[in-house]
Amino acid sequence: MGKSENELTWKELEVGGIVTEPGNASQYKTGDWRSQRPTYDFNKCIKCGMCQIFCPEGCINQNEEGYFVADLFYCKGCGICAHECPTFVITMKEEE
Amino acid sequence: MSKRVGIEVSIALADVVGMANTDVVAAYPITPQTHIVERLAELVADGELDAEYIPVESEHSAMSACMGSAAAGARTFTATAGQGLELMHECLYVASAMRLPIVMAVTNRALSAPISVWGDHSDVMACRDTGWIQIFTENGQEVVDIALCAFRIAEDKNVLLPAMVHLDGFHLSHVIEPIIMPEQNQVDDFLPPNKYPFLLDPARPVAMGDFAPPAIYTEMKWAQEVNLQKSKETILKTWKEFADIFGREYKPVESYRCEDAKVLLMTMGSYSETAMTTIDKMREKGDCENVGLLRLRLWRPFPTDELREAVKNADVLIILDRALSFGAAGGPVGMEIKSALYNVTNKPKIVNYVGGLGGRDITVAEFEEIIKKGIDIARNGSENEFEIFGVRE
Amino acid sequence: MELKEPIAIRIHGRGGQGAVTLAEVVAQAAISEGKYAQAFPSFGPERRGAPVQAYIRIDDDKPIRNRAGVVFPDIVVVLDPGLLNIVNVTAGLKEDGMLVINTRQTPDKIEIKLGEKQNLAAIDATSIARETLGVPIVNTTMIGALVKARNVVKIESLLEPLNKRFGRLAEKNISAMKKAYENTLVKEKKAIG
Repeated sequence: MGKSENELTWKELEVGGIVTEPGNASQYKTGDWRSQRPTYDFNKCIKCGMCQIFCPEGCINQNEEGYFVADLFYCKGCGICAHECPTFVITMKEEE
Repeated sequence: MSKRVGIEVSIALADVVGMANTDVVAAYPITPQTHIVERLAELVADGELDAEYIPVESEHSAMSACMGSAAAGARTFTATAGQGLELMHECLYVASAMRLPIVMAVTNRALSAPISVWGDHSDVMACRDTGWIQIFTENGQEVVDIALCAFRIAEDKNVLLPAMVHLDGFHLSHVIEPIIMPEQNQVDDFLPPNKYPFLLDPARPVAMGDFAPPAIYTEMKWAQEVNLQKSKETILKTWKEFADIFGREYKPVESYRCEDAKVLLMTMGSYSETAMTTIDKMREKGDCENVGLLRLRLWRPFPTDELREAVKNADVLIILDRALSFGAAGGPVGMEIKSALYNVTNKPKIVNYVGGLGGRDITVAEFEEIIKKGIDIARNGSENEFEIFGVRE
Repeated sequence: MELKEPIAIRIHGRGGQGAVTLAEVVAQAAISEGKYAQAFPSFGPERRGAPVQAYIRIDDDKPIRNRAGVVFPDIVVVLDPGLLNIVNVTAGLKEDGMLVINTRQTPDKIEIKLGEKQNLAAIDATSIARETLGVPIVNTTMIGALVKARNVVKIESLLEPLNKRFGRLAEKNISAMKKAYENTLVKEKKAIG
């Protein structure tokens, strides 16, 4: 991403404010907003994927072993995954 | 040279939109615009125009469909009037801010309530600040010529803005009169293909219509404003090139018999032609000082410099508005012109009339009354900030 | 600059009788002759049977700028005899104006009804239309009466616009127009210079 929205002058804007770099929202680190992070006890996990369905950020992916894990670059720490998990795999812990 | 043909103005307009090889028409029929879109639907249905005609369910959808179409790089046309234009209102701002070159004909119509299908400029004036290029026409020939120019102006890479072509409902839209239609090869030479630079293309994705926090909104809006103001250069250039090819010249502010006139009447739209007849008659009779007529063609971007130049020798400027600005100190055009002249040292005394509402004719004789009474008010003053013409007391 | 006024024609009809088409065809004929012309309806939502007006202005040599409705006509054309009872068809008609009426009556009888103010042309257009077209739509028939009364355009100039407007029905309409042209009775109040 080039200049931030606080730096751009009106002359530097693309016509109509069109964003010509597609999908650049993925560069936005919403993980900075987090005050709690999800932690996992995979022994209890049944790989049902409920956490992924409920995650409002869409940042939960399956890892190589098939477990569901939040991408901390985007995870805002809302705790919905922990609340919805039917087998209590996820515990929210304060960020240090 | 092409021949003059007797044709209804709406039909001539639709035909020239067809000759412009328009790709998409999305419109909802509303009086007095119907003949334009019916004719276009017919051209498409008969295979004479290779275009997509989208019969939408409202004007809001019409403009939304036009935005999608223009963003996909298609040459896009729509037409509406009165309430239809107002239902489009929020979309108008989006189309201009997203810099989508849509051409729209507006058969100017009064606004409800009470319901009126007849013409005035209430609909336009409510859309004054939408960021569109807005051009008024006064006869059928101008409708055809200005519409053709509008495509080229809107799609110019230095402009990329939507443009409204205003023609008075019924007083222009429904009149059969002589019009010189351009030849297809002339249109093809004058109007290059639309090359919208940011078109929606899966191979080259872009994001349009973004979100802007306070940190960037002002910059976005200023960029839009500068661009609209600058579009005047392209408008003037386009009209000049049009004149070179077609021999008919258009200016942001048109003057008629103003050279020796200290008193100027200013009108917009089709009533200007009736007013010209009045000017001729008054000069022939010679019982009044020399009067000239200014016709404001370019409404947005507002031609401040041209206006100042046009009135610099005048003592009296009588402005006819065909819309009320409720609760304000004048008609919309009157207020705008007062504002444009406020900081000029030598300026005429301004008398602002509002009249011709809801399709009421102003006759040749009534224009004479407006002028004579206007001169009297300019010299002797009036209790009113503006005058309403023709209301029964 | 000489200010010769265009010829102004006002047509009175009822919604559905084709007053606007009459105006359109005559204006197109005039334009095809190299003249300037303008035709337009008394604007508004179309309502079948309601009294309507249409206007024509024709100028031999200069563009027509006046876009207001015709208030002081040179010629008035009345498509429906019943309108004489409900509309003041002669309103504003100029002193030397011409009134062209669809009526079964003779100009003399009409004159008794309307007074002797204007020149008159009378034709039973309804009968001609019924016989020729099979329907009592008299607009094209009345073009014949109009042109007989005042030579505003040439009959030949009307053929192309009529053909274009009516397609396969054009022939019958042209025939009705010609019959009216031959049979219209014109009564001039005074000789026209």
